Amino acid sequence: MVDHLPALQVVLPLIAAPLIILVRHRGFAWLTTTAVSYACLVIAILLATRAGGGGAISYAIGSWQPPLGIEYRVDALSSFVLVLVSLTASFVAPYAHRSLGAEVARDRHYILYAMYCLCLAGLLGITITGDAFNIFVFLEISSLAMYVLIALGQSRKALVAAYQYMLMGTVGATFYVIGVGLLYLMTGTLNLADMAIRLQSVGDVRPVFAALAFITVGIGLKLALFPLHQWLPNAYAYAPSMVTAFVAATGTKVSVYVLLRFYFNVFDPAVVFEELPTRETFVVLSVAAMIVASLVALYEHDIKRLFAWSSVAQIGYVTLGIGLDNEAGLTGSISHLLNHGVTKGAIFVLLGGIVLRMGTARVTVDSIVGLGRRMPLTAFGLVIAGLSLIGVPGTAGFISKWYLITGALDRGMWWVVAAVVVSSIIAFAYVWRVVEAAYWRPPPAAAEPYGEAPAGMLVAALGMVALCVYFGFETSFSIGGAREAAHLLLGSAP
Amino acid sequence: MKSDIILRVIAKLLMPFTLIFALYVQFHGDFGPGGGFQAGVIAAAAVVFYSIIFGLEAGRRLVPGWVVEKVLATGVLVYAVTGLAGIALGGNYLDYFVLDADPVTGQHRGIFWVEVGVALTVSGVMIKLFYMFAGRSREPEDA
Amino acid sequence: MSAIAGHFSYGITVFLMVAGLYILMARANLLKKLIGLALMQTSVYLLYIAPGKLIGGTAPIIAEGFERYSNPLPHVLILTAIVVGVATLALGLALVVRIREAYGSIEEDEILERED
Repeated sequence: MVDHLPALQVVLPLIAAPLIILVRHRGFAWLTTTAVSYACLVIAILLATRAGGGGAISYAIGSWQPPLGIEYRVDALSSFVLVLVSLTASFVAPYAHRSLGAEVARDRHYILYAMYCLCLAGLLGITITGDAFNIFVFLEISSLAMYVLIALGQSRKALVAAYQYMLMGTVGATFYVIGVGLLYLMTGTLNLADMAIRLQSVGDVRPVFAALAFITVGIGLKLALFPLHQWLPNAYAYAPSMVTAFVAATGTKVSVYVLLRFYFNVFDPAVVFEELPTRETFVVLSVAAMIVASLVALYEHDIKRLFAWSSVAQIGYVTLGIGLDNEAGLTGSISHLLNHGVTKGAIFVLLGGIVLRMGTARVTVDSIVGLGRRMPLTAFGLVIAGLSLIGVPGTAGFISKWYLITGALDRGMWWVVAAVVVSSIIAFAYVWRVVEAAYWRPPPAAAEPYGEAPAGMLVAALGMVALCVYFGFETSFSIGGAREAAHLLLGSAP
Repeated sequence: MKSDIILRVIAKLLMPFTLIFALYVQFHGDFGPGGGFQAGVIAAAAVVFYSIIFGLEAGRRLVPGWVVEKVLATGVLVYAVTGLAGIALGGNYLDYFVLDADPVTGQHRGIFWVEVGVALTVSGVMIKLFYMFAGRSREPEDA
Repeated sequence: MSAIAGHFSYGITVFLMVAGLYILMARANLLKKLIGLALMQTSVYLLYIAPGKLIGGTAPIIAEGFERYSNPLPHVLILTAIVVGVATLALGLALVVRIREAYGSIEEDEILERED
């Protein structure tokens, strides 16, 4: 059974989804989803320990050996992302029961859980597979499930947000498949490792550059790279809270993984970064994302939209590390996948508790006045997670920003360091708006009183907040794993 | 449309032939164009044809909504369980070589069951889509 | 001349892709956007399948006296892509039906006007 862990990682949630549809019961759906999420976390940790230290696990689906067949490949980078995705799922799933009760109609819960399992299977599949077209299949599985999850939101704007996301996401996936098609025409194989070998002896490089461009834009649409981020604020703001928590922490991160995999392990990094202006493009777009998105977040009233725009800015940090293309930059980038995932997951889980207690999906800066007194634990959690978002030392966000700044200094790019600092200051400003409204503004006298969030939700939320602080001090996994992954990508010795 | 005698007779004549053709396409996927997806769509087309001629209520009496949902989910499970059978018999996931003493027969068997799963799911999805879209104007809740 | 004739399928692919993208972006009607999306996905199918047919190649079933076989792999890939396209179209249409019920219109500018 242990040998088959790579397959089970994807198959378990894939089996859970039709089971949930067969047994339409709400409670069964929730229990199955939670059990499957925990099982996936255990499998991911087992795979990470076995693949650590430079060894990669290769699993041939159907016993057809690669490059003929589809292979599942677990190495330092994919195991890191596997743990991130299953960790988020394990935290969000148990808290979903109460949160959904307030936001989605009861007879639709089993559909949401089934889509959640499918999305989880898709995300894990993207990460673990070593076949380019298989990535497209899992990408679409997870994306279609995400569109449905978002459309199940309370207000009718969720439908429009899901439709917009669907259009842009499908265009992105289509561009990706065009790129893969061009690569297949040039090399004759779809296996990523085999493609890397065959690309070195390709005669005419223009289709290869075209494929690189298509894959970049396609994946850029999926990961909300500025200026392809238009779908993100609405999708995150109007989805049910647990959906936002799950999707915000995992959806874009897995697309970053695909980009890293193609740039460093399929295409020749020397070609991608030296001959083409990839570095400059990514650095400029990332800085634009960090500054512009943070500024827009500063002026937002709806808190979920505020933090959604903050997500666009944080994705800018991740792509900045790709643009810096050195060990510190990549380590910062990969570790920020985990650190931001945990931070944003914590924030949206806390917001879910606020939505539940306030009885409305529209939580604005003005409506959370007095939160510090009414929901002290939630407000405290928001403060800590906000500090991690800004990057205060002692929190997870600081660690990855430190590595990014180090990477920028290694390249001598002072203006990038300045941009990181400026965007952190703007982040401080918008987190301050929320904290000030929660603690320092007195609640209006005519407001209805509401209590602290239910215990089940608080446990999950504060657990994720604790992770924000934990990863700020204990970096052996977040940095150690990221550094191993960065070494794997750069091809240097660990 | 059920008042039109030509349509009624032709519908009743064509439905069994369409379903037989769906089964033919399903089982000949190994040797010619065909397979689960195509067969599922043809089978669903038969049911949709019946519903268009005789009305949505008659279609729902023939193939109720809950049956469609169960068939849909069962198809995916058949596919996944075939893969797990490969693990149980000693191979990797979706390994067809170990499904029989002779690897070639094992391949045939594996493909057969996988295609059955696909046909079930696809026909279920197509019929469910038809029910959802066609039933929209009369009731706000879907089947 | 042979350059144009030899690359005829790629020309059609590019035309369909750009036409689909244009419809997606330029039309405000939600249904028309979906049609543009479907058109763009069709161009991808052509991109994969057309080069799969080798000149002088026969159907990929091993038989006596044939040396060259056309490549069956693109057909398998595109079957998967077609199913994905169908699922996406179905989801998009379901969303449009719901949006019509919620907003009373499927024109994007009218929907944006009726936003709270």
